[in-house]
Amino acid sequence: MAELLLELLSEEIPARMQARASDDLKRLVCDGLKAAGLAFAGARAFATPRRLALVVDGLAAAREDVSEEKRGPRVGAPDQAIQGFLKAAGLSSLDQAEKRDTGKGEFWFAVVTKKGGPTAAALPAIIDGAMKSLPWPKSMKWGSGTMQWVRPLQSIVALFDGKVLVGEIAPGGAMKPIAFGDLTRGHRFLSKGEIRVTGFADYAAKLKAAHVIVDAADRKKIILEGAEKLCADAQVTLKADDGLLDEVAGLVEWPVPMLGTIDAAFMDVPPEVLIVSMKTHQRYFATTTADGALANRFVVVANTAGCDGGAAIVDGNERVLRARLSDAKFFWDQDRKVRLEDRLPALKDIVFHAKLGTQAERVGRIAKLAVEIAGHVPGADLGLVEQAALLCKADLVTGMVGEFPELQGIIGRYYALSEELPVSVADAIGDHYTPAGPNDRCPSAPVSIAVALADKLDALASFWSIGEKPTGSRDPFALRRAALGIIRIVVENRIRLPLQKFFKAEDLLAFFAERLKVQMREKGVRHDVVDAVLALGHEDDLVRLLARVEALQVFLGSEAGRNLLTGYGRAANIVRAEEKKDKALAAKIAGTPDTALLEQVEEKDVALALADVERGLAPALAAEDFAGAMAAFAGLRGPIDAFFDKVTVNVAGSPELRLNRLKLLNQIRATMDAVADFSKIEG
Amino acid sequence: MSAPAKPQCFQELILTLQNYWADQGCVILQPFDMEMGAGTFHTATTLRALGPKPWRAAYVQPSRRPSDGRYGENPNRLQHYYQFQAILKPSPPDILDRYLGSLEAIGIDTALHDIRLVEDDWESPTLGAWGLGWEVWCDGMEITQFTYFQQVGGIEVDLVAGEITYGLERLAMYLFDKKTVYELPFNRVDSEVPLTYGDVFLQNEQEQSAYNFEHADTEMLFRHFADAEKECAGLVGKKLPLPAYEQCIKASHAFNLLDARGVISVTERQSYILRVRELAKACCEAWLVTQKKAA
Repeated sequence: MAELLLELLSEEIPARMQARASDDLKRLVCDGLKAAGLAFAGARAFATPRRLALVVDGLAAAREDVSEEKRGPRVGAPDQAIQGFLKAAGLSSLDQAEKRDTGKGEFWFAVVTKKGGPTAAALPAIIDGAMKSLPWPKSMKWGSGTMQWVRPLQSIVALFDGKVLVGEIAPGGAMKPIAFGDLTRGHRFLSKGEIRVTGFADYAAKLKAAHVIVDAADRKKIILEGAEKLCADAQVTLKADDGLLDEVAGLVEWPVPMLGTIDAAFMDVPPEVLIVSMKTHQRYFATTTADGALANRFVVVANTAGCDGGAAIVDGNERVLRARLSDAKFFWDQDRKVRLEDRLPALKDIVFHAKLGTQAERVGRIAKLAVEIAGHVPGADLGLVEQAALLCKADLVTGMVGEFPELQGIIGRYYALSEELPVSVADAIGDHYTPAGPNDRCPSAPVSIAVALADKLDALASFWSIGEKPTGSRDPFALRRAALGIIRIVVENRIRLPLQKFFKAEDLLAFFAERLKVQMREKGVRHDVVDAVLALGHEDDLVRLLARVEALQVFLGSEAGRNLLTGYGRAANIVRAEEKKDKALAAKIAGTPDTALLEQVEEKDVALALADVERGLAPALAAEDFAGAMAAFAGLRGPIDAFFDKVTVNVAGSPELRLNRLKLLNQIRATMDAVADFSKIEG
Repeated sequence: MSAPAKPQCFQELILTLQNYWADQGCVILQPFDMEMGAGTFHTATTLRALGPKPWRAAYVQPSRRPSDGRYGENPNRLQHYYQFQAILKPSPPDILDRYLGSLEAIGIDTALHDIRLVEDDWESPTLGAWGLGWEVWCDGMEITQFTYFQQVGGIEVDLVAGEITYGLERLAMYLFDKKTVYELPFNRVDSEVPLTYGDVFLQNEQEQSAYNFEHADTEMLFRHFADAEKECAGLVGKKLPLPAYEQCIKASHAFNLLDARGVISVTERQSYILRVRELAKACCEAWLVTQKKAA
């Protein structure tokens, strides 16, 4: 059994692409091995900023001949079909094929033998194929070449069983082919010259000596442990950030965490600003003090220890951060000289969307909506809601949000607090974009709820009005997220909001229903149960809707519920079948049956039971006691079962009797459908 | 020959880079004599990046970004600043090593500092150009943009040019440890008449900011834009890509000034960018015809 080692050395690969690319390389090479009939024990892939590496263990040194059968056309088939078969099978004439009776006639068969041979002979083509189909998110050509790779490819290590494979990759143009070899390079700055490797263990060890940690998991461990030790020594706590850790591990081959200090002059700037500035611009980790506040230390991960022990590197990074934060502090000081309210006229100059007017117009709509919504939010002060809504977009014209757009809302909150506006107004400004996803915080304060709902309802209604609806994977205005945000706010805070009042478009409610279904499905609710309630059509109060869904789900889970559903199904099927034959029937069987025409005791029992249910149903529905309503249905089950046992509906020779019985069945359907459309329930 | 001394002032930084890239076989050009937003607009980059002929050049380009003016009050934002640009077409296999050599030449010790290449894809909507590359960080500070051109004027390149752009003021502030650009020594501090960057450019920043933001005659600029656009199209028709492209540069700068004056709305902005791109595209196509003919 032997090992395949592959390394593709290139110029620096973007951090975000490395993990995916090494996985893809592994998958493509393994697929190639399988397709060639080469078995192996396992494969591991690695990535650093400059290389993708792959090791496949337990490959046989040679593979056996593999024979494969191909069935061709029927004997005597037209010549065209025969020729196609011969070509596909690689045969020159039918003499090389054989006739076989399959039981369904005589067919031509070809037995194609793939010659085995040394594994080493098959590998170059597999590597070549994998490299050609590796899907980089963005790739480029370089020099005079035509080959596409993420950045210029520099060398290839391709060893099988310790021996260099014979092969090369041609970048095209006037460029020299890159031959497979056993030479690689170490760290860009901490290692000089080429390194000869004999296999994976040798490769990993020699690279480590040349200041390259091949495995991203090892680099992450070094970063995390080093950073935590630095923090512990400085009596601060590292602010964990897995995304940042992944990215930073993709920016260095030889990670060296270092601790820097944030200049005291910047510590009064909002911590969110410091964190964003450090993270997105500089890829630094933030730290916190014992009480959870942002500490004045940060961790930078360098790609070298620095020949002076890192002093120059820390000093340089502190200088860069100082320059960045001076900008932030400048904005923080300047912005607060203008009140949020005085910024509102500037919103007239910002186009929200070409067809939807300016941000000022949008704010006007949001304020109007927020006040309307506030009427449905217990404890929401209308004046505060209006104030918060009018100011919620004012921070868009501050210098700080211009520099850090991702802090919109959060910055407005800070400025509102520094103006000493009511805290609920400031919080509502800070909360109104939330929740931005399923794991984001959801506003719970009354003023915040009203403004956050208005922001999203306006976005949905506005984009709907100009025909900008999400399609398939396209949702440029994040309307799905807005709808899910509304659902979460309404449901988590149990806000009784008649949505219909705020939507003019029919299909917008349908869009909502679709979002709701997706969300309920993720929570394990049966989709047909949701459909049954949605089919009522008029239910636009999400809290009530979910109460119906919940009660129905419980009811259907009980034996009584399942049995009643069978009875409902039989009643509905008969009525539907008769309605199909007679288009005018529906009108004739509306309303309650004529008691005088109820002949059999089973009929009378159903009618009585229905009357009972209806008496109980109205107050239960009014009280939104859906479990109670469902329980009332349970009394229907016995009479309905007895009815179907003893009563013939389509009684011959008595159209009056038939019509009355259909009326009775129709009433069963109508009564139950008042709670949910039971016809949507799947068995 | 002994190693050349490290640059001690702003102009020596320029001279060092010029000498370094001259040694790499680049023609050392002088700045293009028109207002432009970046060194990329120079014909030595935009047009030369297209066509089958190899090309190597390096030059300083004064770059004008009217809306970045801060009346000389911001320590690192300027409406007029210098870019140093090297372009090597086709990109040689060791282009990164050559670039790193230039850092050593200007006094950045790669054993002492942390040099990293961080993904940064470049795109110029007005030139219809894009490429892949990095911003180069030194101890966390961006000191260079490095781009492999893939498309210019909407046309895929024949040979890929490697473009290296140094922001000179920022680099100098780092090298000479200055907190504000205006304190940078322009010539040596022990010169007979020592001059700072502020001595040379502060008044210019103040006056040009006032012009860009307050006084530029917008009606005239709209006219200039329309005239340049018309002239450009006419010259393309006469198969004169070089003079046509100059008109494209003019239109682009007029647009930048109008933008700084705040008279172009967000929606109009996009349409102006598209109009300049159309001009750039036409010039590039016309240029390509001349290059293929010559080849």
